[in-house]
Amino acid sequence: MSAALSGRRVAYLNVRLLDPATGLDMPGQILTEGGRILDIGAKLFEPTLFKDDMPDGAEGIDCKGLCLAPGLVDMRVQLREPGEEHMENMASASQAAAAGGVTTMVALPNTQPVIDDVSLIEFVARRAREVGITRIRTYAALTKGLQGKELTELGLLTEAGALGFTDGTQAIVNAVTLRRALSYGRMFDRMVIQHPEEPSLARDGVMNEGEIAARLGLSGIPACAEVMMIERDLRLVELTGGRYHVAHISTSESVAAIRRAKRQGLAVTCDTAPHYFALNETAVGDYRTFAKLSPPLRDEMDRRAIVDGLADGTIDAIASDHAPHDQESKRLPFAQAAFGIIGLETLLPLTLELVHNGQMTLLHALGALSHRPARMLGLDCGRLAKGAPADFILFDPDRPGRIDVTRMRSKSKNSPFDGRPVQGSVWRTVMGGRTVFDADAPKQARGSRGD
Amino acid sequence: MTAPRPDGARRYPYRHLLGIEGLSPDEIHFLLDRSESYVEQNRRADKKGNSLRGRTIINLFFENSTRTRTSFELAGKRLGGDVINMSVSTSSIKKGETLIDTAMTLNAMHPDVLVVRHSDSGAVRLLAEKVNCAVINGGDGSHEHPTQALLDALTIRRRRGRLDGLTVAICGDIAHSRVARSNIHLLTTMGTRVRVVAPPTLLPAQIERFGVEAFTDMRRGLAGCDIIMMLRLQTERMKGSFVPSIREYFHFFGLDRDKLAAAKPDALIMHPGPMNRGTEIDSEVADDIDRSLIQEQVEMGVAVRMACLEVLAENLPDPSLRNAP
Repeated sequence: MSAALSGRRVAYLNVRLLDPATGLDMPGQILTEGGRILDIGAKLFEPTLFKDDMPDGAEGIDCKGLCLAPGLVDMRVQLREPGEEHMENMASASQAAAAGGVTTMVALPNTQPVIDDVSLIEFVARRAREVGITRIRTYAALTKGLQGKELTELGLLTEAGALGFTDGTQAIVNAVTLRRALSYGRMFDRMVIQHPEEPSLARDGVMNEGEIAARLGLSGIPACAEVMMIERDLRLVELTGGRYHVAHISTSESVAAIRRAKRQGLAVTCDTAPHYFALNETAVGDYRTFAKLSPPLRDEMDRRAIVDGLADGTIDAIASDHAPHDQESKRLPFAQAAFGIIGLETLLPLTLELVHNGQMTLLHALGALSHRPARMLGLDCGRLAKGAPADFILFDPDRPGRIDVTRMRSKSKNSPFDGRPVQGSVWRTVMGGRTVFDADAPKQARGSRGD
Repeated sequence: MTAPRPDGARRYPYRHLLGIEGLSPDEIHFLLDRSESYVEQNRRADKKGNSLRGRTIINLFFENSTRTRTSFELAGKRLGGDVINMSVSTSSIKKGETLIDTAMTLNAMHPDVLVVRHSDSGAVRLLAEKVNCAVINGGDGSHEHPTQALLDALTIRRRRGRLDGLTVAICGDIAHSRVARSNIHLLTTMGTRVRVVAPPTLLPAQIERFGVEAFTDMRRGLAGCDIIMMLRLQTERMKGSFVPSIREYFHFFGLDRDKLAAAKPDALIMHPGPMNRGTEIDSEVADDIDRSLIQEQVEMGVAVRMACLEVLAENLPDPSLRNAP
């Protein structure tokens, strides 16, 4: 007997259903049974009738007109486990994710040891089960030890559960390696994910090249370092017919190159992160290391192009690019500080800024956070449909608040958004039919086994 | 191309055997028929013939080989010829210049047939242009290995009675294999349906233009096949460049009982040797006497090489012979 058949039923009443997969946006109800969605619609049952019909132990929740959308699928997260658990681990990241409305995280393989072997994929799966708060999947390294030379066992890793292949925060530089990866990877229908940066141009750079870098006396990374790598790679995609995904694009030229490639019909997708549409290079200000990112925050024209790329669908997804770092990694001279910021708990409110500014519709924005990454990764979640996993969030898109790092669940606090006024907050996060975050009852946010 | 068919016994109208590409079905059948006549002779106690008496055959191997060289040596000796083996290490010499110098030197000794193996594609043809004798390609780079294709065809024809109408899957490192190319040319010429099965990294570009169907899923590629030809995967291609590892290669492309079940129930297995057990083929399958033709291929190899040496020697005095193919 499966859990779904024997599981308890929960009805979420009086919600605004938002399903980016189908474009559904209407008031209604949703009924879960065990870990799955049993039914969904405008009127599944009359409230009175419902009370009578429900089996023993069934629960009805009045959601007071809040938005109900698929749980967010964050396709780019660094978990730091195994190896650097002092910065983050799967439990702390899962709590942060649940609080941010993220029900599925996809981890980068740049841990210690590197996830380049079947046994490490299995380790991640086991730890995810033990923590049991969010779904945690992982990419595998494209090359052994992220050395950029020898391909990993793409086939065996796919069978073990790897969702894609990437060298994480390092670009796949060698053209032959990438060619073979794209070609060989065709057998397994998994994406090869590129960190788009020509490393020889970026070598000593610590921020975007331009006036601000010049004034601060910091060495710059030219914006073209990104599009150069993308354009080279697109030739290889054309040659091999492989599936190629560009992570965290940040420049206007990159958006244009991918827009052209998509028109050409190539199997190309891309994502960006909130900081590339919510901030520009001026955030570096007075050597703020929390604004040190890779790729670096770009100029205002680039930032606007990222917004446009999201609005017209050139950019498929928004990922948090969650990169926890402890104070020792960031409280340093700018040039020596680590790249990256945390993002799980700011992913939704920062994305909603685009909605409040009229740049994206709510459904489109939610799609970039859930349905579209799920579809690219071949996951069953990211949609509200009968039989789909009961992964969803209840949220108020308009509720005002301020980002406060002291209240964040992540072990690391390296966010440049501290104090930023935002609108929109998660009230409840449901994963596999279980409430894994409840804003009204923080103590219940701890997940438990047994779904 | 259409080959002229002069009256009489001679139906292989060329001076050399440099490749299968371009040969006609009649020419191939002629070589196979001639080979067939030696199979019985090779099984007798007295295996000696004399049709090559007085002829000098030089095995000129620029690349290591045991079985092909031995097979040619035996073939020449069984027909009464004088066989000399010359192994030249390519690493110790400058290629090109030395290849031609070697050819000129040997030519001056008036051999009748040169059997040449070289690690560079096209090297045997280059050498053939510089000598007066007949040349058999014993394998050139990733280009052709015509006697291997002939012995494979003879093995299949004896077992199945025909070549046309069968479906043959060639599996493994197609990109670097001369055995694959010669077999593709021969089998497609004879009306056999040919499939190639390999990871995309080991399939040459535009392989469909050879008239074959390409598969990257081995079970789908083997479905309904009469014959499975496995190829050797060179060790230097296994570790992370063309394929990630031996275990992954074996998991997806190694012939084991499980994948074999996708082929016809009576499908036969071939391998040009030497085998990498546990890389491209499981020992259980390779040693299955009901399914594996691997030993028979070796036996047919001697008969085919006797026929080829004899036919080329017969053609030698005729100055009107054309050079190609």
